[in-house]
Amino acid sequence: MEELLRYDHVDISYNGFLAVKDVSFTLEPGEILGIVGESGCGKSTLIKAAMGLLGSAGMVTRGDIWYKGKNLPDLSAKELRRLNGPELGMIFQSAGSSFCPIRTIGAQLYETMTEHEKTSKAEFLDRAMELLGKLGFEDGKRVLGSYPFELSGGMQQRVGIAAAMLLNPSVLLADEPTSALDVSVQKQVVEEMLLVRETFGTAILLVAHNIGVIGAMADKVLVMKNGEAVEYGDTRQVLGSPQAAYTRQLLSAVPRLRRA
Amino acid sequence: MEPILKVENLTKVFSRSGQEDFTAVNSIRFSLNPGECLGIIGESGSGKTTAVNMITRLLDATEGSILLDGEEITHLKGRELRKVYRKMQMVFQTPTDSFDPRRTLGDGIGESLRNIGMSRKETREEVERLLGKCGLPADFADRYPHQVSGGQCQRAAIARALAVKPRLLICDEATSALDVTVQKEILELLNELRSQQGNSLSILFICHDISLVQQFCDRVLVMYHGSIVEEGVPDDVIGHPQNEYTQRLIDSIL
Amino acid sequence: MREVTIRKQRIKKDSVKFRLILFGTLAVLLIVCSFFSEYLTPCDPYLQDLSIAKQPPDAEHLLGTDRYGRDMLSRVIVGSRTSIFSTLLLVAIITALGTAVGVVCGWNGKALDTVLMRISDLFLAFPGLVFALAVAGVLGGGLQNAIIALAAISWPKYARLARSQTLAQKETAWMKAAKLSGSSTVKLIFKHILPNIIGPILVTSMLDIGTMMMELAALSFLGLGAKPPIAEWGSMMSDTRSLMTTSPWITFSPGIAIFISVMIFNLLGDTIRDYADPKSRGR
Repeated sequence: MEELLRYDHVDISYNGFLAVKDVSFTLEPGEILGIVGESGCGKSTLIKAAMGLLGSAGMVTRGDIWYKGKNLPDLSAKELRRLNGPELGMIFQSAGSSFCPIRTIGAQLYETMTEHEKTSKAEFLDRAMELLGKLGFEDGKRVLGSYPFELSGGMQQRVGIAAAMLLNPSVLLADEPTSALDVSVQKQVVEEMLLVRETFGTAILLVAHNIGVIGAMADKVLVMKNGEAVEYGDTRQVLGSPQAAYTRQLLSAVPRLRRA
Repeated sequence: MEPILKVENLTKVFSRSGQEDFTAVNSIRFSLNPGECLGIIGESGSGKTTAVNMITRLLDATEGSILLDGEEITHLKGRELRKVYRKMQMVFQTPTDSFDPRRTLGDGIGESLRNIGMSRKETREEVERLLGKCGLPADFADRYPHQVSGGQCQRAAIARALAVKPRLLICDEATSALDVTVQKEILELLNELRSQQGNSLSILFICHDISLVQQFCDRVLVMYHGSIVEEGVPDDVIGHPQNEYTQRLIDSIL
Repeated sequence: MREVTIRKQRIKKDSVKFRLILFGTLAVLLIVCSFFSEYLTPCDPYLQDLSIAKQPPDAEHLLGTDRYGRDMLSRVIVGSRTSIFSTLLLVAIITALGTAVGVVCGWNGKALDTVLMRISDLFLAFPGLVFALAVAGVLGGGLQNAIIALAAISWPKYARLARSQTLAQKETAWMKAAKLSGSSTVKLIFKHILPNIIGPILVTSMLDIGTMMMELAALSFLGLGAKPPIAEWGSMMSDTRSLMTTSPWITFSPGIAIFISVMIFNLLGDTIRDYADPKSRGR
């Protein structure tokens, strides 16, 4: 199967400091790849590089990020912006704070959509309602009509996922999408993302420090430490019989619930 | 055996003009025995942090009473209250933020010792001893909080909490901001301290991760919407939850 | 195998430190010059010689002479002392007063906070210079009264800043930790609150030096500040404004002196702000 996104020996530096060293992996259509590691290991930097969100100090200093025949680090900011949304969707740690607090969800989603394609309000509403329906929102109208603060944290995050899906991207980049949430809500968001993949066949690049979330979602796992990839393989294999010493250390530190 | 901490009908109501009163903590009662480690678990907004802030008297209770080592501390003020802090100390969620960024870790750890009248030189020696006890080299006393890692900073915070030899140590999400490998180290340190000090150290362990509570605590309270909905030995609670919320909480662990 | 792309990153140098040293040195130089101004003058700034009145700049009098034949360069140098020192005094007064009020309000809260903040609102509601004019008018002219007038309208800004900073500090985990360490209120304020809020306040006062110098000059210009024959930049400009068309150097010399010193202090203030805030570093 042809790959959708390929990281090829990628180095990323911040002002000369090497934050990511020689990382390679591929993402196939419909695949979920989990990137796991502890704080400062460079996992968020990896997906920021694809979105062109490294800021003025950060840069891909070596290697390529291929997406459908385009090398993302070599694209201009304008070309990248055209890709962000319809091709590469992004989910943030707290979707709530990525919405503007004084406008309704519907108005903001409409704006996002018209920035990439010409649509009438009625057409937008049809599509949004259909999407929200598919993603299991019981009352889509209420969601579109509400202000961000009127929704709970978990609901905001789910709406954030729906917002990213509105332009039907082929890849979703999710940076710690559940870590700001309570455990009971976390599960809903995980299920939402799995539903997205099932319904639309979207590939997901998932960055998380919570190994439980990775285990529940990812097909493949990339374990990172200090900017380097220490292990890469099938989720079951990596989490079940880890090869690298660091992965073993990481897994043994995760508190597990003993159910009677 | 008399409990080290006894909380009776503790309630906190936040009232703002123009808004409905909000009951953050609703008449909770529990006690903590010497040498015991009691976990309080609940999700954000369940009132566990408000409860802790009342127990440490950083927040005034609306109703109820708090007895520390048999002494009523609910309404103490000024000098009397400062004396209470020799028996009760706290470790905070964000280690780096719990130290004044403009002072060294040594200053922070020694502050309580200086306040009870220890000389500068004695304080320094004691600070170095405490750092050693918590697994840090003595020269960490001269470092600033932003110069050390989160885990090292939390060790220093534990050293600070232990400085006055408190009988009650409150850990408010003390490991949740840390990476799992570091979290494990901190729990190992706390376990070591417990086995060293036996009945002279009791721990109130606030946490949102039920598997951590299962590993670490003798008894657990489950809080939901400001009330305690379940209480018991962690294995029993997790194995046979009586309450619907507890069940839901356990089910959502991935 | 395909070649791996290599891209070169240009590393930006941090220029804040250089700017800090540059403007800091200039500011110190300015203050030192003004302190020793009497010894730096080429001629006696108060010596009148009507035979050389209103001479344009030449080799002997670099900035020319005023209408009484006094050397302008010397007068500008001597004037720096009054102008710069009264400005620094003024800024020191409003910083200290405003901070004290702000910290008390922020720490105490409740009724005292409300009362003091409403009073500061009252002062903020007046258009600044108009109020200063009124105060100076009531108290009479003179440099001292001009300082009092400007201090009266300028402290609320610092009180507001100090109050909001104190409120923010009060909620931090380290304040809670310090309380649990058994520190008294006085200790908490002096050991933890003040050192942590003084940075932004100092930056504001550095930025205010320029403004205050202008406002003092403005009051002097209107005849409510320093009185002749004391050399002060604002009053020097005001006294000679009728000569602007015929002998512009007499008005412009102190004007340029004000411009340069205001600029140095403003740039220093900007730089200190950048230096104190790591987020704005290396832009």
